[in-house]
Amino acid sequence: MKLPPLDYALPRSLDEAIALLSESEGQAKLLAGGQSLMPTLAFRLATPALLIDLAAIPGLDRIEITAAGVRLGARVRWVDIEQSEPLRTAHPLLVAAMAHVAHYQIRNRGTVGGSLAHADPAAEWPGLCVTCDAIIEVIGPAGSRLIEAGAFFSGPLSTHLAEAEIITSITLPAWPRGRRWGFQEFSRRRGDFALAGIALHYDTDAAGRVLDPHIGVIGACHSPHRLRAAEQAISGQVLDDVLIEACAQAGSAEVDPPTDLHGSARYRRALVHAMLSRALQQA
Amino acid sequence: MKPVANLSPEPRVVGKRARRIEDPSLLRGQGRYVDDVPAEHALEVAFVRSPLAHALITRVDLTAARAHPGVAAVYTAADLAPILTHPRMPFGFPTDALPRNTTPWVLAIDEVAHVGEPIVMVVADTRAIAEDAAGLVEIDYESLPVVSDPRTALQPDSPRVRRELSSNVLQHYHVNYGDVNAAFASAPRVFTEHFWQHRGLASSIECRGLFARPDPATNVLTVWSSTQMSHELFRILSEALALDENTLRVIAPEVGGGFGGKFMAYCDEVATVAAAMLLGRPVKWVEDRREHFVGTIHERDQFWALEAAVDAEGHLLGVRGRMVHDHGAYTPQATNVAYNSASSVTGPYMVPHYDLEVFVVHTNMTPVAPVRGAGYPQAAFAMERMMDRIAQGLGLDRAEVRLRNLVPTAKMPYTKPLKNRAGAPVTLDSGDYAACQDIALKAIDRAGFAARQAAALAQGRYIGLGLAHCVKPTGRGPYETAVVRVQPSGRVSIYTGALAMGQGLKTTLAIVCAEQLGVDLDSIDVMAGDTSLNALGMGGFASRQTIMAGSAVHVASLEVREKALKVASHLLEAAAEDLELRDGRVQIAGVPGKGIKLAEIARKLRGSPGYSMPGGVSPGLEADSMYQADIQCYANACHACEVEVDIHTGETRILRYIAVQDSGRLVNPATAEGQVHGGIVHGIGNTLFEWMRFDEEGQPLTTTFADYLLTTATELPMIEVIFHESPSPLNPLGVKGIGEAATLPVAPALVSAIEDALGPFGVKVNDATLSPVSVLSLLRGAAQAAAQA
Repeated sequence: MKLPPLDYALPRSLDEAIALLSESEGQAKLLAGGQSLMPTLAFRLATPALLIDLAAIPGLDRIEITAAGVRLGARVRWVDIEQSEPLRTAHPLLVAAMAHVAHYQIRNRGTVGGSLAHADPAAEWPGLCVTCDAIIEVIGPAGSRLIEAGAFFSGPLSTHLAEAEIITSITLPAWPRGRRWGFQEFSRRRGDFALAGIALHYDTDAAGRVLDPHIGVIGACHSPHRLRAAEQAISGQVLDDVLIEACAQAGSAEVDPPTDLHGSARYRRALVHAMLSRALQQA
Repeated sequence: MKPVANLSPEPRVVGKRARRIEDPSLLRGQGRYVDDVPAEHALEVAFVRSPLAHALITRVDLTAARAHPGVAAVYTAADLAPILTHPRMPFGFPTDALPRNTTPWVLAIDEVAHVGEPIVMVVADTRAIAEDAAGLVEIDYESLPVVSDPRTALQPDSPRVRRELSSNVLQHYHVNYGDVNAAFASAPRVFTEHFWQHRGLASSIECRGLFARPDPATNVLTVWSSTQMSHELFRILSEALALDENTLRVIAPEVGGGFGGKFMAYCDEVATVAAAMLLGRPVKWVEDRREHFVGTIHERDQFWALEAAVDAEGHLLGVRGRMVHDHGAYTPQATNVAYNSASSVTGPYMVPHYDLEVFVVHTNMTPVAPVRGAGYPQAAFAMERMMDRIAQGLGLDRAEVRLRNLVPTAKMPYTKPLKNRAGAPVTLDSGDYAACQDIALKAIDRAGFAARQAAALAQGRYIGLGLAHCVKPTGRGPYETAVVRVQPSGRVSIYTGALAMGQGLKTTLAIVCAEQLGVDLDSIDVMAGDTSLNALGMGGFASRQTIMAGSAVHVASLEVREKALKVASHLLEAAAEDLELRDGRVQIAGVPGKGIKLAEIARKLRGSPGYSMPGGVSPGLEADSMYQADIQCYANACHACEVEVDIHTGETRILRYIAVQDSGRLVNPATAEGQVHGGIVHGIGNTLFEWMRFDEEGQPLTTTFADYLLTTATELPMIEVIFHESPSPLNPLGVKGIGEAATLPVAPALVSAIEDALGPFGVKVNDATLSPVSVLSLLRGAAQAAAQA
């Protein structure tokens, strides 16, 4: 459990980092918080020739709240979100989800950019981005581009990032006043990866009808995605216990969970039902 | 042995909560574990371990590894052969009952029998280089059939776990007394159940590790090891490597937890010492967590079929059954676990007739040896589940059925017609099991539970109450050693063959000593587990050290006290009866500050050339004690808990946990409580979280703490510990063991509570580990059964 032999670089700018990445021809890995990458290296599951540490690139650690939404620099850590007073009103769902991200030692180092690049389907943050229609800004040799979170992930632990691209920021659309939200996940122990989790938000009209519901699943999926049938089940309706049950059933029917050591597909489906129902009750 | 004076019924120091003398250095980061021992110029080891559960080794090519920069040596079994007395490990705890070809190889020669078995050893400048070079070792394997389930392993047509075996069944025996079949033939009611039980790893925070340093100046090879038994490691190393006893010293530095995983000497330890000898250089091997999961012993599966015969009132008439024990690929250290299970099923109960048929079966998985509890938890689970079944079957209260069968205090000491390993009878020496149950039920408000359960149910919440007992023999003999010496500086030194591994042993022994010598705890130093300081010693296991080492220190301290009194009486010209030991002095009782310091007596007892010893005593203010005991004393516990089961996720939340424990007299209630907390947490892990899983090909599936789940603080309730003190008559301190007895009742208490919570669905729980996935599948099964009925 020692790291394989590798070189280390600490670029001072994005340009320098992109150059290093391009030159490495796929043999380099970007290092942000290192909370997933370092164990991977220690287990020698990855043996890159070069680690490019993003720690010295200025400007990547800013949280900006504007009329357009919340913009998080790629190196913003979970603890920064957790401790941000303005975010509590600017994006309450985001802040609430942070309490479920691993343990505080990990939250002190783990970053929003790193988590997206790692693309663990059981992690909270990729699921939140998909649920909330986040926009991911990346930069590469050909310049920068914007990717919708829903189109960012290509499967478990894989994304549509090109080889020499670096995530620079994530923007969550503005959070209207009065928006309802719920976040529920089930893990064996506090801080473990979720076996299943649900993030959701919706707005209401004057009659209390659900408008524009966004329901996303984590854990019980190969990569996080919206539950469209579940959203449809409540869209335009006034929520009650019967509707919540119908929505939970629709959601658990449309997921395609993996079976692994920690739970069968059937078990995860049952969890999606329970989490979705509880998240709607919470909202 | 001359009779030993018992501890006073009103001790001054014993029984008071004391801060641990170990803690100041640990809290300041000054604790020195094996990896902290200064090791300049030391080489480090990485092993190439088998990736397959059963295979022939057809080719080994070390060329690239040996050529790698920074590599000092790469060894196979053939390279070590010249300095090993035998290619296999010596027996831990030699016994005539087992074949010689059952212990592991120091390094595998041409066949591997479990994933993680060491084959090649790489010695290099750093561990990282050793790992790089280990990756360059080329080995070709030819797969052999794998046996990964002990139930199929015992079939005559099963493939063999190792080619050298004619059968996978290492042992097949009965533990029995009375005429069980006659008892069943005439019994009004018989209950039959099948249990699967899983226990996991020791999971000490500090993994294993060893540092061997040859010293040409003294010709002594010093070995630091994270072990529970330095004297046993000393014996094994001297035997395996033909080392003259005068050229070897084994030291256990701070040990970061044992829990059974360090209760034996391992092949990787012998190999590391062999490398140091071959190279004439200091060599260190520190196990990483990945190695720990496959290279350190487990306790794993037992499969039970058990029957209980009772009369109409629920009095036990007989218990019989069959148990298959997964023993793993080799026998590194005896076969205690299965025997402990088989001999302890009847626990705290009166069972007139008993018979258990036992199969100890090899499988192609990591060897099995004791983890905290050592087979006793499984027996307690099986018996306590049966007690619940009897209560359910007869429509009786769970507590009442137990009361009718518990050994009453009036019958203590109560001898069962069973023998322990030493051939001594199994005798419950003391305790009040009924009182402990009463205390536990009052503490958890059993009387108010029905109302709480009904109220919860009305809100759609499922809560349940669980109850379980255990007894645990503690204080395994035959002996432990202690030397107590008052130094001329005034400090008191205790040297012992016992082993401190985090449980507060040093504080415990210091308290026992301070009681007799009247000195501050801070003036006592305890040196434990250094073979150069005590010629003999047993070490830390089987909840034995407070009993065995504590009594040894007590005996030696009494002797030092007598000697000090005799010399002071001579020097002060006062009768010994008028003197007391207090504040580091011997003084006339009630006249503080006068008299003579112990330090002064110690100086005088070093002697002066040509002068006789004062008072005619022998030289040195010290005494050497070897406390012997073959008969173990029985600690007991009764646990009660309340849980809530989420029927939508299968999750169990522990709402309250009450542990009533009788460990006799407590030396330090603070550390005793800590031991109980730890034992319960281990039991919670075994019941709800820990599951060392393998696939059919014998591949371990849970080799990180992300997949092998330990209980963490967020899953724990406040644990309420209540001590009931029935001093044991079997040792001068009246103490009994603590740490394991706290683990035994946890699985049966929790499972009893979970089953109670799921009562409305008619779910029966016979298995532990019990994951949320299993809970939902039990609920589904119960729903299907109800639908069919």
